[in-house]
Amino acid sequence: MTTDLIYAKLNDIFHDVFDDDSIVVTPQLTADDVDEWDSLAHVRLVLAVEKKFGLKFSAAEVGRLKNVGEFASLIQAKAP
Amino acid sequence: MSNDLFSRLAWLPAAPDDFAQQCRRLLDEPAELGKRAQRLAGHALDENHLHKLAKALNKARDAGHSLAPLTPFRLGVISNSTSHFIVPALVASAARHGIALECIEADFDQVVQAALAPDSPINQARCDAVLVAIDHRGLPLTPTPGDAPATERTVQAALAHLDMIRNGLRAHSNAVCILQTLPPPVESTFGSFDAVLPGTPRHLVDAVNRGIALSVAGTEDQLLDVAHLAATVGLAHWHDATLWNMAKLPFASAFLPLYADHVCRLVAALRGKSRKCLILDLDNTVWGGVIGDDGLEGIVIGQGDATGEAHLQVQRTALALRDRGVVLAVSSKNIDEIARQPFRKHPEMLLREDHIAVFQANWNDKATNIKAIAEELSLGLDSMVFLDDNPVERGLVRQMLPQVAVPELPDDPALYARTLLAAGYFEAIAFSGEDRQRAEFYQDNARRVTLQKQAGDVDAYLVSLNMQMTLQPFDDTGRARIAQLINKSNQFNLTTRRYTEAEVAAAQHDPDAFTLQVRLADAFGDNGMISVIICRRERNDWDIDTWLMSCRVLGRKVEVAVLQELLTQARARGVRRLVGRYLPTEKNKLVEDHYAKLGFTLLVRQADGGSSWELEVDGAPIANLPIAVHRSGFASPIEMAAPATA
Repeated sequence: MTTDLIYAKLNDIFHDVFDDDSIVVTPQLTADDVDEWDSLAHVRLVLAVEKKFGLKFSAAEVGRLKNVGEFASLIQAKAP
Repeated sequence: MSNDLFSRLAWLPAAPDDFAQQCRRLLDEPAELGKRAQRLAGHALDENHLHKLAKALNKARDAGHSLAPLTPFRLGVISNSTSHFIVPALVASAARHGIALECIEADFDQVVQAALAPDSPINQARCDAVLVAIDHRGLPLTPTPGDAPATERTVQAALAHLDMIRNGLRAHSNAVCILQTLPPPVESTFGSFDAVLPGTPRHLVDAVNRGIALSVAGTEDQLLDVAHLAATVGLAHWHDATLWNMAKLPFASAFLPLYADHVCRLVAALRGKSRKCLILDLDNTVWGGVIGDDGLEGIVIGQGDATGEAHLQVQRTALALRDRGVVLAVSSKNIDEIARQPFRKHPEMLLREDHIAVFQANWNDKATNIKAIAEELSLGLDSMVFLDDNPVERGLVRQMLPQVAVPELPDDPALYARTLLAAGYFEAIAFSGEDRQRAEFYQDNARRVTLQKQAGDVDAYLVSLNMQMTLQPFDDTGRARIAQLINKSNQFNLTTRRYTEAEVAAAQHDPDAFTLQVRLADAFGDNGMISVIICRRERNDWDIDTWLMSCRVLGRKVEVAVLQELLTQARARGVRRLVGRYLPTEKNKLVEDHYAKLGFTLLVRQADGGSSWELEVDGAPIANLPIAVHRSGFASPIEMAAPATA
């Protein structure tokens, strides 16, 4: 899957999960940058990504992520 | 897939694409907020939809808007697991069941403290009910395989723990407790032997679950059978180890909407909102086939036939519901006498006229009929459930009477019974002598109610169907189906003339014949060929030899559109008059007034009930129709052979 497609889908997911169409997903985006992105919202986010991309992550995999860029790389590694 | 039925709440219609906007609009226009929220919640919503709707509802409450007519209910939630995601799911799902839910959530894993401390936020809030959402990890269930006495002590200790929680809540806040059964873990240590040997985790969970059910019986507290829910969707799907390890989520988030709906059914039942009446369509719902066309010998019920067995299961389900106090009614598009025949005479029918409190079989729209049924039974529309295989009928009733529950049905009738029950419309929290007798109270030999005024704007609904009609003359491709309709149609058939395929081919090639095969598609799909017309030219008249239509598209002005087409084509060919005949049979009384309704003038009325009619082509009015017409395959009039002259 191309990076462009991954970010396009991530944009949709962020808009849906946080109910905010103004969010722009960039590789450097972190929880500090988005209101309401607490640990529980993070769980919702991970679940939404799993559903949209048809993937399953282990706790360790998502526990290590520092920003959206790392998340996108993880998705690309797992999604054909 | 059957599993999708539950996880997707497939009995509910799909959420609209602009769901997020509609949630926001709830606040922009606070009028009738409660009603509109309920309508929005009446769709199949996933976790994100529920989150958005809950947000809108909470904002509305904070802004002081009224949520009437939703009934307020305060629910406490205490859990040994993360309840944070469950709360918005509950608030949004409650609106579906007519409840304006306020949730008070205890802190994570503070079950005992919340229940026993008189000044805990849960107890202070004086909830109407408290959901005690404990799973097997929240009880002291230490395995003691093979040690029966120790096992018994463990089970009793777990039940005592739950009793302590219940007593605390009741003493300090008088709340009803909703106790959950425990979904057994997926893993086993011995294998099947886990179920036999006392003290294994599975054995312990089964014993505790039995104990919980026993302890709730006869009290005001309620049971939420989460163990059964988890088993229904599959324990391996329900239990998600990653989610538990990551965030102490008690079950896979995919089942949040389902779990929330089940909790809200209980809450609604506590407020007396469970539905009380099941209204059944007949053709292709309660039996396979169409009684008016197929006759007693042609409809399929049971008889070892797969479709027949599926419909028989619908009947068994209806009877089981009746036995527990749900009232049965019928709303069918049929002639009354004909619709009652299977109830009276078919050997495989389980439903008899005696089982039906109100029996409405006529040609009027079902919304008007359902309203009449509700008034006759002195029940609100919000007590009604309407089961119909036809998506167009379902759409009409949903639009005209939004308080009536209309489950979506899959294509396969084998799943009708399960889908109806999966929706949980009739959730019960008690079973009294009065319930048992309710059916007899309504027994009045299947009353028939005369209809008053129409329920609403059917024309607007017809426009929303986006009907597309395709008209063609007879051709080789259509011949088999044309012949089938000609030989099968009994009700909407003006002359019931039966032709072989050879005769159909002859009509196709006859220069003095004008033929039409009519197809109809709408928002719900393609109905295929639904009407066949043959006109025979005599000088400047068209004698309408054959006019038949599938009853499935009645009430949609298809015949009016067909008449328009006949007039257009007649004009182009110099035909000046249409002549129609009604030849009465046992089955086609439905179309006795067909030509009268279309504006024809009566020529002759025969002693046997038959009639002849005429319509001048010029000056015939043009109707405004909700149907888009597409033509193909017509020869231009100039190329046609000159008509025969006397």
